Amino acid sequence: MPNNDAHPKHNIDRDRLVELYRTMRRIRAFEEAAEKASLSGRVGGAVHLSIGQEAIAAGVCANLRRSDQITTTHRGHGHCIAKGTDPGAMMLELFGKQGGTCGGKGGSMHIADFQAGMLGANGVVAAGIPIAVGAAHGAKLLGEDRVVVCFFGDGAINRGPFMEGLNWASVFHLPVLFVCEQNGFASTTHSDAVTAGPGANARAESLGLEAFEVDGNDVAAVDGLVGDLIPRIRGGAGPKFLSAQTYRLKGHTSVDPGHYRDQDYAAAQWEKDPLLRTAADLRRLGVSEAQLALIDKGADAEMKVVTDAAEAADYPALEQAFTDIQDIGAPVWRDQS
Amino acid sequence: MSVISYQEAALQAVAEEMRRDHRVWALGEDLGRGGVFGQYRGLLEEFGPQRIADTPISEATIMGASVGAALVGTRPVVEMRFADFALCAVDEMVNQAAKARFMFGGQARVPMVIRQPSGMWRSSAAQHSQSLEAWYAHIPGLVVVAPYTPADNKGLLKSAIRCDDPVIYIEHKDNWALEGEVPDEADYLVPLGPARLARTGNDLTLVTWSKMVGVAEKAAALASLQGMEIEVIDLRTIWPWDQELVFASVAKTKRLMVVHEAVQVGGFGAEIAATVAEHMAHVLTAPICRMGAPRAPISYAKPLENQLRITPEQIVATASRQIGH
Repeated sequence: MPNNDAHPKHNIDRDRLVELYRTMRRIRAFEEAAEKASLSGRVGGAVHLSIGQEAIAAGVCANLRRSDQITTTHRGHGHCIAKGTDPGAMMLELFGKQGGTCGGKGGSMHIADFQAGMLGANGVVAAGIPIAVGAAHGAKLLGEDRVVVCFFGDGAINRGPFMEGLNWASVFHLPVLFVCEQNGFASTTHSDAVTAGPGANARAESLGLEAFEVDGNDVAAVDGLVGDLIPRIRGGAGPKFLSAQTYRLKGHTSVDPGHYRDQDYAAAQWEKDPLLRTAADLRRLGVSEAQLALIDKGADAEMKVVTDAAEAADYPALEQAFTDIQDIGAPVWRDQS
Repeated sequence: MSVISYQEAALQAVAEEMRRDHRVWALGEDLGRGGVFGQYRGLLEEFGPQRIADTPISEATIMGASVGAALVGTRPVVEMRFADFALCAVDEMVNQAAKARFMFGGQARVPMVIRQPSGMWRSSAAQHSQSLEAWYAHIPGLVVVAPYTPADNKGLLKSAIRCDDPVIYIEHKDNWALEGEVPDEADYLVPLGPARLARTGNDLTLVTWSKMVGVAEKAAALASLQGMEIEVIDLRTIWPWDQELVFASVAKTKRLMVVHEAVQVGGFGAEIAATVAEHMAHVLTAPICRMGAPRAPISYAKPLENQLRITPEQIVATASRQIGH
């Protein structure tokens, strides 16, 4: 049974909503800058944007301690920023430059920041699920009271590690919150067209997990529900599952125009943009246009600075291609150029 | 020194390392009852179900969860039951365990041992008999170990557990009962990398590993009766392999044969042969020779299965041609 009613309509504090909005706006500004850099060829490779999904990242991570941990996906910029990773280091990573989160070795799909509890994005759909489960298993073995949040999309629920990982978390009663961001797409295919049965929550419940649904474009609702769940999980209540309904406003990658979707429907989804919605809520709570503009401009300015810095930064030293591989049997660097 | 089996040696290694370091734990299917081959027998009683964890039959998550648990500071010993089943967890081994340290710019390491009982044993057919060490040797980030003697199974397994890299640890299923002398000292370690000179000889260098070391030793004894002295090198660690010892031996014998149970095509023997050819062609007095299995799935019926096995007699015959007798 879905627990739609488990959380009463929230009464969010204005200052908290301002901070959530600021996080969302910073994510949006980062991704808009990344999109621009990708389309102009300054950032290479695939850049997967989470534009339209920021409320989930912000609402979930606002309830985590720095020592809590997350795993994310190829579409993970928002989760990183919300968990506290420095966007400057992230942008350097996208540009493949020195000082990037991974020294330029990973790029957008492999951003990690262990200091901030960000255990890595992943280029393989659903691969973060067993890793998150194992991080929670490790916490339990070490007697640490960390919670692990595992972000993935609705495309991931048809991979075997989804079933295996949820079963595992349930069997070992691990402190994991699974967050399924239902953005409607499995890469460039509509998720519904390739998913049988009643969906993610039914699958989770069949494995003994309590499952919840939330409007993933309503940051206050996400914040409120997750704010209830995390202390329960930390207190030993076992793994929980959260489906957050949202919509991927952009294509699969920065260069995907998304011609496979109904254009009228897609256009209408911009009216449900979680940023517009949160801004409207803030106005109702008495936040002025000037205050909102300050947040927006602040985010844009921050991301302009980090993008300019990333562009100006140096590439890693060539021998870095041969380091951090292994202790035993590592390759010996020689200049290939 | 005590005479113990390959299986008991492994058991001692895991028990000693678990006593030494509370972060070490083992997980896999049927570990609570001692593992399929008794290589975990008694450990549940000593260490409890948290550290000797019985898991679901979920190879991908056994491996993936071990990656996650290793990233946060534990040191999992991952039991794959049969090497063949590890193929259900290749993404987690190859895309995650092997690459996490590099992709994340050295922020974290993945100290885990992936135990894969391998090789042909009787009548087990194509999905319970494979030797796939060459696949893993191909993957940057992985260490690949294949011990033959009980002493090496103890000393190398202990070193693998202490290693900060993911180690593919290949134990041959026909070796569990093999007995041999194992040092009694508490901290008996065999370093990852160096090969073992199993037998000395001047006429031919034979490089091999895992169960084929025993076959090669028998072949060398037979060859000696015919007046040919074969030097047998037990590689023990497949990656990184001991070039220094192999090169020194080839410099002496001027002939090289590589023997492995795995399929010959694309086998690790090809890497050794090619490396020696690149560096030492000028000293060789005979073409390098490789012996591996035909490129056929492993049969169930005994006479068919035997078609895929390398025997001491075949090795002697090949060596004899190579040496020019």
